[in-house]
Amino acid sequence: MIRVSIAVFMLCAGVAFIAIAGLGVARLPDVFQRMHSATKAGGIGSSLVMVGILLLNVSSPITPLLTIAFMLLTLSVSSQLLGRSAYLSGASFRGMERGDALAGVLPRRGAPGPAEREVSLGDDTGLEGAGDGVRIGRD
Amino acid sequence: MTLDIPTFATGLIVVLVIPLALAAYRMIRGPGYADRFVALDMLTAVGVSIAGLTTVVTGYSAFLDIALGLALINFVATAAFATFLERKDSDR
Repeated sequence: MIRVSIAVFMLCAGVAFIAIAGLGVARLPDVFQRMHSATKAGGIGSSLVMVGILLLNVSSPITPLLTIAFMLLTLSVSSQLLGRSAYLSGASFRGMERGDALAGVLPRRGAPGPAEREVSLGDDTGLEGAGDGVRIGRD
Repeated sequence: MTLDIPTFATGLIVVLVIPLALAAYRMIRGPGYADRFVALDMLTAVGVSIAGLTTVVTGYSAFLDIALGLALINFVATAAFATFLERKDSDR
């Protein structure tokens, strides 16, 4: 009985985390914050749901355990890969106070080279128009 | 007070439709490719949870294998998309 109560609590907490992660993906202002919300809160939410299922269904515990371990191992790696590739492909920042700390360190597309370190912040165009070779809002 | 666990899990699946819709909004609307990949990541998290909750609803533990497969595919897909995004339009 107490195990079922803990399982129900875990399922509720996981679903709540995933709902908050979805809210962040829809509402946060730039790619990096959305990535942060989706991978961290979403991964914790899915792991909590799997823990709840593990507590409810002990007949086959190895698959939920594998799923939890794999998600906790790979979500950090995939979030780092997504953030790096978004930075390199020139996605825009919002709400960064100190500017671009990596300017001139990584070859960011659409940014000035290592000689001149002023990066234009605050444009909201993302990658729009990148397909036809037009750069909107970026000098 | 007794709680019917399969009915409860069905209710949780219905609640999970909300983050699914928000991720779909970001995937359709998202201004860049990276936003769509982030939405795909979110979609996979929701999919893993729905597959796990379907195990509770139906009693078939095969859906746990589906959840594990989704989690595996998610990592490979994100790594491949990240490589694609780093190379994207570098030759244009």
